[in-house]
Amino acid sequence: MSGSGRLSSLLIHGVLILGIAVIAFPILIALIASSHDQITLVGKFPFYFGEHFIENYRTVLGEGMKRAGGGAVGPMLMNSFVMAIVIAVGKIVISILSAFAIVYFRFPFRMGFFWMIFITLMLPVEVRILPTYQVIANLELLNSYTGLTLPLIASATATFLFRQFFLTVPEELTEASRIDGAGPMRFFWDVLLPLSRTNIAALFVIVFIYGWNQYLWPLLVTQEESMYTVVMGIQRMVTVADAQAEWNLVMATTILALLPPVLVVVLMQRWFVKGLVETEK
Amino acid sequence: MHKRVTFDNKLLPYLLVSPQILVTLVFFFIPAGEAVVYSVFSQDAFGIEINFVGLDNFLFLLNDPHYLRSFGITVFYSVAVAVSALIPALILAVLADGVAKGATVYKTLLIWPYAVAPAVAGVLWVFMFNPAVGIVAQWLRAAGIDWNYKLDGDQAMALVIFAAAWKQISYNFLFFLAGLQAIPKSLIEAAAIDGAGPMRRFFTIILPLLSPTTFFLAVVNMVYAFFDTFGVIHAVTLGGPAGATNILVYKVFNDGFIGLDLGSSSAQSVILLLIVVVLTVVQFRYVERKVQY
Repeated sequence: MSGSGRLSSLLIHGVLILGIAVIAFPILIALIASSHDQITLVGKFPFYFGEHFIENYRTVLGEGMKRAGGGAVGPMLMNSFVMAIVIAVGKIVISILSAFAIVYFRFPFRMGFFWMIFITLMLPVEVRILPTYQVIANLELLNSYTGLTLPLIASATATFLFRQFFLTVPEELTEASRIDGAGPMRFFWDVLLPLSRTNIAALFVIVFIYGWNQYLWPLLVTQEESMYTVVMGIQRMVTVADAQAEWNLVMATTILALLPPVLVVVLMQRWFVKGLVETEK
Repeated sequence: MHKRVTFDNKLLPYLLVSPQILVTLVFFFIPAGEAVVYSVFSQDAFGIEINFVGLDNFLFLLNDPHYLRSFGITVFYSVAVAVSALIPALILAVLADGVAKGATVYKTLLIWPYAVAPAVAGVLWVFMFNPAVGIVAQWLRAAGIDWNYKLDGDQAMALVIFAAAWKQISYNFLFFLAGLQAIPKSLIEAAAIDGAGPMRRFFTIILPLLSPTTFFLAVVNMVYAFFDTFGVIHAVTLGGPAGATNILVYKVFNDGFIGLDLGSSSAQSVILLLIVVVLTVVQFRYVERKVQY
């Protein structure tokens, strides 16, 4: 590498680090704010960590913003966690089963079902807000985990992903297990499911984040505080915080709300990248 | 694409597809159908009487200045979010592709914002730009800018655009990086030997070869801004001030749940539905199956 090459390489690293710093800046600010008491944050922003870090997090987790009428964040995190897990597992189970049926069987209406699932790509919650809400209300599923999760577990992309993958599985495997006398479910359990492990892992990461980050749907379906998820709970705190200025507690909640999905992405990076690329195909 | 070897069973395949089909019918098709039905009826103020009005709800919307304004705002907002999320991502991806060591570290440090919920991203930005206590608001004021996004519509728009674009940069970065890594290095080296400088190489070789990825990402980003950033708007501006950030998706919610105007909200849903159909068709028909050179 020539001298100018080294200089430009230094410059490239410099710009990259600057970019990362700018992107991470909001998180740094939130972390700092969550370590101070309420009064410190009122004046000029303090560019150092305060001493109230543990105290603030303990407060929001245990009792929430009591003075401002905000609920405890502990149960909200629990609700978010249940919601994300149920949606992820549910989506994977119903998608892998329907993909298995569509690829490995010939039956009337097979392509009809396939197109029905495909069309749901075009029906995001946002365009059918009111009627979907009414369906849930009529089924008396408001303020329940079922109402929170069931409408979100149907997925065209997950079904596609499994279908595409099953189509690449060699026919010899199917033939061999048929010669061995294995029925379809046996083949599914012993051959197809083990082969799908990486796809399932990749999909799990993507769908977990999708479930955890849901906002509009929980906003509609939950009216009882005991059912709030943390992502939607924050918005209520902001509205209150503006009047009460308890930004230290709001920022502590924000950190708690973004930590689980961010950890999943960072720790399962390989699956995450695979899932992101595959589901967009 | 069909399997040669299949299983014979009359009942089993139906059992296997039934959970997916049931959920799809109850929560997708029936509500979407109802939206279409409601969109041609009108309800009186008390919700007692319901009349068939044909396409009146649609005609009303298309002549309603509020709706048209919201439409214009949404288009501007989507394009602005896409551009603000694409350009930094492209620059970072080109740089990361060029480093010999540490590319994976940069990748890890750049992808995590994808996992932050739009609403949470909104709250992070609200705090930085809060007129009273926000650090960036304080800087802006020190620089002589009269910053108050709660009163100034343009400032509110800028804030929601940045908050929405911020978390989308990582997504674009990943796809740009994959696209760049698929470009044969020999091609770029050949250009370098011919005497083309880095800028020239970027604009005449890399950018054209990257255009399928760019087009794909542009569509995905527009769809994201259109439908997935409800949380940003709801957490940051509630569509205000004075409707300056009232994007279509927020308006459907607001008119349906706050305003309780069933007919209009449903007609708006149907229009959104048509937009999704168009965008999906564009995505499937005209967007290249990504980075295959």
